[in-house]
This record gives sequence, structure tokens and C-alpha cells, in this order.
Amino acid sequence: MEAYSDKVMDHFRNPRNVGDIENPDGIGRVGNPVCGDIMELYLRVEKDVITDARFKTFGCGAAIATSSMVTELIKNKTIEEAAKISNRAVAEALGGLPPIKMHCSVLAEEALTKAIEDYRARKRDAGKEG
Amino acid sequence: MKRIYMDHAATTPTDPEVVRAMLPFWTDVFGNPSSVHQEGREAGRAVEEARSTVAEVLGARPEEIVFTAGGTESDNLALKGVADAKKDRGHHIITSKIEHHAVLETCRFLEGKGFHVTYLDVDDRGSVDPEAVQRAITDETILVSIMHANNEIGTIQPIAAIGRIVRERGIVFHTDAVQTAGHLATKVDELDVDLLSLSAHKLYGPKGVGALYIRKGTKITPFLHGGEQERRRRASTHNVPGIVGLGRAIALAEARREVEGPRLTALRDRLIAGIVGGIEHTVLNGDPRGRLPSNVSVAIAFVEGESLVLSLDMEGIACATGSACTSQSLEPSHVLIGIGLSHELAHGTLRFSLGRHTTEEDVDHVLAVLPGIVARLRAMSPLYQKEKK
Repeated sequence: MEAYSDKVMDHFRNPRNVGDIENPDGIGRVGNPVCGDIMELYLRVEKDVITDARFKTFGCGAAIATSSMVTELIKNKTIEEAAKISNRAVAEALGGLPPIKMHCSVLAEEALTKAIEDYRARKRDAGKEG
Repeated sequence: MKRIYMDHAATTPTDPEVVRAMLPFWTDVFGNPSSVHQEGREAGRAVEEARSTVAEVLGARPEEIVFTAGGTESDNLALKGVADAKKDRGHHIITSKIEHHAVLETCRFLEGKGFHVTYLDVDDRGSVDPEAVQRAITDETILVSIMHANNEIGTIQPIAAIGRIVRERGIVFHTDAVQTAGHLATKVDELDVDLLSLSAHKLYGPKGVGALYIRKGTKITPFLHGGEQERRRRASTHNVPGIVGLGRAIALAEARREVEGPRLTALRDRLIAGIVGGIEHTVLNGDPRGRLPSNVSVAIAFVEGESLVLSLDMEGIACATGSACTSQSLEPSHVLIGIGLSHELAHGTLRFSLGRHTTEEDVDHVLAVLPGIVARLRAMSPLYQKEKK
């Protein structure tokens, strides 16, 4: 198999921001056991800025590394900025992924999209209550 | 860091004695066995010696052995060759759902050419029921192909029992013995087979060479044309060093088999007991007893196989997920799904395949390192958190 880049191995070895957040402001859950990857992304958002991001992932080396990288990329970004981060950007930040592993970066982008959608939905609901 | 190699089902290191036996055949005895001069005759003698050795190990006649470029070619020649030679008699082939891809994909190719293939189910230990073979046979059946032992989960099939049923009906019976030749008894009359595939690099020989045993009288259509080699069953200049290497390797493996088998079995069972007994939510795949002496296949719940393999690799341990050949595809292994594993457990399966250099210390080192790796990956796994809740 094509080897993983040093960056991927670094994030696999020492994944950043593993874990969950109690009462998060947004959660994105994607993947299923059939394809072998499941990602959960948790956001803490203050004034539309992502102040903390954590993940839990069941998956291959690339799945863990892309999860880790996406948390790094979105921390301290505004929701609007984070929403623009694509799967390619995640893969590039990792120094590239083997072609058969690009779907892992897609999964990371989907997790991010869902987490942001969840955050926006919660905010709307909170607005209605208030 | 000292490396611990536990992926012998993928490939084995070539035995130094095998390498020494091959060496003269690159530069000194470099002749083409098809040539009539002395250089050719010397090379030819070495090829025939290797043929006799392989035949002796299989309890066959030398003229029943065809050298090939490996297990995949042997399987292809067996299936396509018999299908073509017997197509006027019928178009039905029987195999199992857990065969190696070299057999399964050849069957799919033959389906595209108008043959019908029955893919038999296996039980939860990966065993083919000889009675299921009997029930699947029709008047159209020309060929049955069942592997001797499975490369992923190690289950040894009741080949002789199946052979009796199949051959009684005048149907050709093939077995893929790539995982067993040199490791288990593979006498063709005891196994009751017409065709048997083997590969040198799985038994401490070189890569790129194998053999197909073809019982005398079994019709087979060759698919390499362009020479008289191998009694016109496989054209192409002989891979003389490779063939010499196969001969020496299988002789050495056969001589060691009765000592090495029980030694590996003890190490295997120690590793299985340590993993299944020491790490919660783990299960052994395959048959606890009727399995290859070298094979340990365990499903580790809530974590994914490649992450485990990478983590073990960083600790100096080489092992595999389901099987090396499919490690690039995203689909879980057809073998693990075939024995009824959930997708999640199939994705979390590790295969350790032990070999000649594996020691008790190696096994204990794996047992010391693995629980920490599993715990670390489980701490990251959303599936494990749900289980705990």
C-alpha cells in the first residue's frame, strides 16, 4: 500500500483533541460500521467562534489522522470560516493521503458540516425559546 | 528495535539454505533447460530434480507436476484449464464463499464465459460441509474447488471427505493448498484430489514460483502458448533458480513439518489464550482445533484493524488485518463475513501468522503490548463509549 505521510503518522501516533465535550454546542456523527469508519465531532462555540473541538473515531489510521487534523484546523475559527474547510484542505494539511484513503477526508468534512448544522439548529431553537 | 514478524501467511523469508541452493543457477548453470547442449542439460537436470522432490512430497509422479509462477497462476490454470477442457460435458462449478480471490475471481471470470458457479456457505467456524457439496452436484458439474486451509482464519477443510464424494462422480476436484503445502500433510491420494496448487514463498522459498499437481488423465487446456515446456501444459522458459528454490524449500519444510507443527501449535494456543483471556470483548475466528498451526485470527470489538496493525508496527510487530491481499479495499473480508461476523467485528480483526523464527518470548511480547494498544484505540472509539454506557 502507498505509505502514509509523516504528518498522517504523527496525527495517528499523537492524535490531538481526542475525547468528547460535555453539553457541546454542536455534534456531528457520520459513518457506519459497514465502511469501517465512524466519526464523532464535538464543538464548543462562544460568540460564533469555535473555542474547543474534540473527536472520537472508530477507523483506520487515515480516519484517526483526518479527525485529529480537522479539530486542529477549526479551533479558534469562526463558524463561517470553519464551514468553508473542505476535505481537500484536510488532506493537504496532512501532507496528502493515499488515493484509497481520500474517503476518510470526505468523512471528516461531513462530520464538520453536520456539527455546524447541529450548532446552527440549536442556536435557532434557543432563539425561538428566548 | 528488534522486529517480530508474524505475517507468515502473507509471505515467509527465504531460507538461507534455499538461497544457497539457488545461487549457482543465476551465473554458473544459467542454461535454458530446452537447449540440447551441456549448459541446457545441466539446467534441465536441476529442474527435473526439483520436480521429483515436489512430486515425492505430494506422493505424486514427477510428470504430474507443472511449475508455474505462483499460487495464483496455479489456481487460474486449474480452474480455467478444466472448465475449458470439460465444457462439452457441463458448465457447472462448485466452490465455497471463503476461497482465496485467485479462485473466486477466476470463477467470476468463468461466469462471464457462460459457466454457472455455486458458492457454498460455510459454518461459523469456516468449515465446508461435505454433504452440502454432495447436494450441490448436478449432472452438469465438471469441477469442484475447495481450499485445503483458509488463509485468513486458518480453518482446515475436510478435503478427503469432499474428494471421495466428488471424484466418485467423475468430477474433477481441485484444492488450493497454498497455505498448507510444507506445513500439513499434503499427499494427493490421501487428500483425494485431482489438482493441487502450491506456492514457494509461503514455505520459505522464493517469490514468483509455484506448482500445480495434475493427476494423470485429468484433461486441462493450457493458457500459455508458445513452447514445449512442461509437456505443453505451460509454455515459457523455466524459472530455473526459482524452481530449484521451490524444490529445496519444500524438501526442508517437509523434513521439519512433524517437529515444527506441534511447536507452532503450542505457540498459537498460547497467543490465542493470552488475547482472548486477557482482553475483554475479543473472540477467536475460525475453528479452535481444526486450524493451521500458525494461524491466530481474533476479532477485537470496537477498534479497527488497520489502526491496530499500524500501532503494532510502531512497536516492532508485523501482523495483518483480515488478509494482505484485500487490505486496500474498503469492503470487509469476504471470509469474515462468510463465517457470520458483523461488519464491525470483521473490520476489527487481526491475523497473526507464526513461523519458524517465532519464539515464546515473541508471543509474550505481543501479549504484553497488545492490551495497551487496544485500550488506547478503544478510548478513542465512539463504539466503545456506547458499550460502556
